[in-house]
Amino acid sequence: MLSAAELAIVALSLQIALLATVVCLPFAIATAWLLARKKFYGKSLLNIAVHLPLVLPPVVTGYALLILFGKQGPIGSMLEAYFGITFAFRWTGAALAAGIMGFPLMVRAIRLGIEAVDKGLEDAAATLGASRSAVFLYVTLPLVTPALLAGTVLGFAKAMGEFGATITFVASIPGQTETLPSAVYTLLQVPGGEDAALRLILLSVAVSILALAVSEVLARRAARKVAGL
Amino acid sequence: MSLNVDIQSKLGAFELDVQLRTKAGTTVVFGRSGSGKTSLINAIAGLTTPDQGRIAFRDTVLFDAQGGIHVPSHQRRIGYVFQNARLFPHLSVAQNLDFGARFAKEPLSVAERRKMIDTLGIEPLLNRRIAALSGGEQQRVALGRALLSVPRLLLMDEPLAALDTARKQEILPYFERLRAQGGPPMIYVTHDMSEIVQLADNIVVLRDGCSVVGGTVEDVLADPANVKLIGVQDAGALVQGIISGHEADGLSTIELSAGQLHVPKIGAPVGAKVRMRIRAQDVILSLSEPKDLSSQNILLARITEIQTGEGPSVAIALRTGSDRLLARITRRALAQMQLEVGQEVWAVLKANAVPPSAIARSEINGGVA
Repeated sequence: MLSAAELAIVALSLQIALLATVVCLPFAIATAWLLARKKFYGKSLLNIAVHLPLVLPPVVTGYALLILFGKQGPIGSMLEAYFGITFAFRWTGAALAAGIMGFPLMVRAIRLGIEAVDKGLEDAAATLGASRSAVFLYVTLPLVTPALLAGTVLGFAKAMGEFGATITFVASIPGQTETLPSAVYTLLQVPGGEDAALRLILLSVAVSILALAVSEVLARRAARKVAGL
Repeated sequence: MSLNVDIQSKLGAFELDVQLRTKAGTTVVFGRSGSGKTSLINAIAGLTTPDQGRIAFRDTVLFDAQGGIHVPSHQRRIGYVFQNARLFPHLSVAQNLDFGARFAKEPLSVAERRKMIDTLGIEPLLNRRIAALSGGEQQRVALGRALLSVPRLLLMDEPLAALDTARKQEILPYFERLRAQGGPPMIYVTHDMSEIVQLADNIVVLRDGCSVVGGTVEDVLADPANVKLIGVQDAGALVQGIISGHEADGLSTIELSAGQLHVPKIGAPVGAKVRMRIRAQDVILSLSEPKDLSSQNILLARITEIQTGEGPSVAIALRTGSDRLLARITRRALAQMQLEVGQEVWAVLKANAVPPSAIARSEINGGVA
C-alpha cells in the first residue's frame, strides 16, 4: 500500500506536529490565562505579538525564525552553545515553525474558553479552601477542557499543514524536514510527479479526517461533562 | 464567637458603610435588594477588598486596611452558600461535597460526614450529575459542601431566593435542624421576613449600604420605630408559645404567656416550643373586650409605646404577658380611641393571620435533633 518513503513522511509530519502541539500547549494555556484574566502593562503588546504569526506572511515568519534561531542567530547560537539544541535545518526547527504558526490559534480558542468560565465557581472554590493554583487546577482547567481540545486540534492541524514558514526556516530535506505539504510541493515541481503527489494528498486528507473525528468525539464528551450532564 | 466588621467601600455611586458585631447563633442581614447585603458578605468572605476598615473573627484579623492585612479567601475558613448554589458542573454530587475536605486541616470523620449527608437528606443524590438536580436539591448540596469544608463561620446569601414557596418550606427545616445541631455560627442574608422567624437569633438591617439597626431579632422586630425600615407590610413582633393541642376542626392551639392563639394546623407535636411572627397590620385593637367577633384570638395587652410617623398610620407597641406585640392602626383611629401609653386594650387577630410559614419551632427535641 504505502511505500517506506511515504510512511516516513507521514511519521515525520506527525512527529513534528505532535511535538509542536505538546510543547506549545502549556505556554498557550498560560498566555490565554494572562490575556483573559490579568490586567498588566503591555498586555496589548503581548496580544499583538501572539497574533503576529497569524497575520504575517508565513515566509516572513520563517525568515524571522531563520534570523533568530539560525546557527548564527542570537537565540539559535545561544541554545546550541548552552543546551546543544539545534533548530536550523533539523526536524526540531520544523516543529518550532509549526508550533509558532499554530500558537495564536491555540491561544485564541483557550482564551475564549477561560473567559466563558463562571468566575462565581472560582470564588466558590476559594471559599472552600482552594488556593489560587488549586482553583485553576481543579475548577478552571477542567471547565476549559472543551476549549482546550478545540485549541489543541486547531494547533495540531495548523502544524500538520504548515508549509511557508517551515520551508523558509528549515527547507525540505528528505528524512529530516520534509513534511507532507513540502513533499507534495516538491513532487509537484518534478515532471511526472503528479501521481505520487496525489497519493500523499489523499494520505493527508485521511490523517486530517481521522484527527477531526477523534477530536469531535472527545469534544462532545467534554462538553457534556462540563455542562453537568 | 464574635465577628467584628467595620468597613467602608465605594463601588461607583454606591457607598457601603457597615458596622456589624455578631454573637452566637444566626445573624440575619436584612435589607431590600441593592442595600449592600451581598457586598457585605463578599467582603467578609474575602472575595472583595473594602476600601477602608477592619474585619476580625474571634482573635484573627481577616482584613485591616491600615495594617495592610488581607487574608485571602481560601485561608479564612469561612463557608459561603451562594444564591445560585454554584455547584461545580464537571463534578458529581459526591465530588462536590468532598471538594473542600481535601483542603481542610481537620476534615470531618467518615461518621460525621455520613451524619451531615443524612441531616440534609442528600444520600440518594450522591452519584448524580449536577444538571439532574432540582433547585432545592442543589441548595442542599451547596450547604453540605460548605459545611464539609469545616468552616468557622457560614455565610448564606439568600439561599432560598431562587426557590418557590413550597420548596422553601421544604428546605427551611434542614436549616433549622443544622442550627439546632450546633453547626457553625451563620450570617444569613435575606429580604424575606418569613425566613427570619425560622432562623434568626440576631438581626442587622441594612439600608442604602449602611447598617442602621442591630440587635436580637425579638428586640428589633418589636420596636415600633423600625416598622418603616422593615416595611409596613412585613413589620411584626415575634411571640413565643407552646403547642397545647391540635383540634379536629383543623386548628392548632398555642399557649402564650397571657392567653391562647388558635392558628391553622401546624406540623409540630403538642408540647413543642414555637416562635411566631404576628404582623402589625394583622392586629386590631379594641377598647372593650370583643364578645361577638368571628375571631377567636383575643389577647389583653398594655400599650408600651406609640410611634407616629409621617404617614397615615401609627405603630403601637404592646405587651401581653411576657410577649411583645406590634400593631399598626391609622392616625385617625388613634385619635378617636384616645389611646395612650400604659392603657389596656384588647388585641384581636384572625386565625389566618398566622400561617404555618410564620411559625417555627424554637427548640427541636430540647435543642438536640
